Amino acid sequence: MQKLIYSGLIGAIFGLGIAISGMANPAKVLNFFDVAGSWDPSLIFVMGGALLTTALGYRLVFGAASKPLFDAEFHLPINKIIDARLIAGSATFGIGWGIAGFCPGGAIPALGFGGVSVIAFTGAMVIGIVLARALDGLRHKPAKAF
Amino acid sequence: MQARRNDACRCAAKMIKRDEMMETEFTPWLSLAGGVLIGLSATLLMAMNGRIAGMTGILTGIIPPFSTDWAWRIAFLAGAIVAPGIYLFAGGEIAYAVPVSLPLLTLGGLIVGVGVYYGAGCTSGHGVCGMARLSPRSIAATATFMIATAVTVYVVRHIAEI
Repeated sequence: MQKLIYSGLIGAIFGLGIAISGMANPAKVLNFFDVAGSWDPSLIFVMGGALLTTALGYRLVFGAASKPLFDAEFHLPINKIIDARLIAGSATFGIGWGIAGFCPGGAIPALGFGGVSVIAFTGAMVIGIVLARALDGLRHKPAKAF
Repeated sequence: MQARRNDACRCAAKMIKRDEMMETEFTPWLSLAGGVLIGLSATLLMAMNGRIAGMTGILTGIIPPFSTDWAWRIAFLAGAIVAPGIYLFAGGEIAYAVPVSLPLLTLGGLIVGVGVYYGAGCTSGHGVCGMARLSPRSIAATATFMIATAVTVYVVRHIAEI
């Protein structure tokens, strides 16, 4: 139960950070990428702030503890291979992000205040994940959980 | 600016639409504060649950078939959805505008879903958490999707002019 309460609070910090930063605002996100047009460089500060804080935070966490408070181990991705699947998937994600202006981390917090636009985006995104997983499952064993 | 507008606009309706999507306020401090909160959340999620704060990974675990540890994922997502509402209710302001039509949002959503599944992460997982760990995969993924997004925005806005 304690783990769930903390998870909810940590999610709340994430959602608030996303919302005030502008990552949940498609107009701002698209302007960040529109260097040739109405460029708004704000998102550099989001990425920079998040990256530096996380890099520092992870160092502190991994330095101070051998395991997390509510789990037996740190679940860190061990795959180190840069393959076509990673690059093609990431490029595909970028195309969708450039069309819609929402990324997954931007869309979820926006569900709380954004209305029909973000609901349509998120619904389609979930369908996209389901379709990709089904397609993947036809070719391989079901993909491992994240 | 005036000349640009004349070039870009073939009719009044188009001009209004293009003007709407232009200009968002540059907010370095607010964006930096938001970024620090995102980083704080990522740090705490690692310290408490030992998990990467990647939205793709967290969300995928509650799309059937559920992963066994679905409960904390639901709690995290619920917190992320509710918090901005509480902030608004308490008098805070959140700038928000969607200069994209519903069909394109839906198309974009589908493409994003497929992409983050195969790419095994998005801006939060690869761009923040993975880059913070200097993961080569995340650095490659982030560079790829940032370039792909910028190219797409350029094509949509300056070539296709959708």
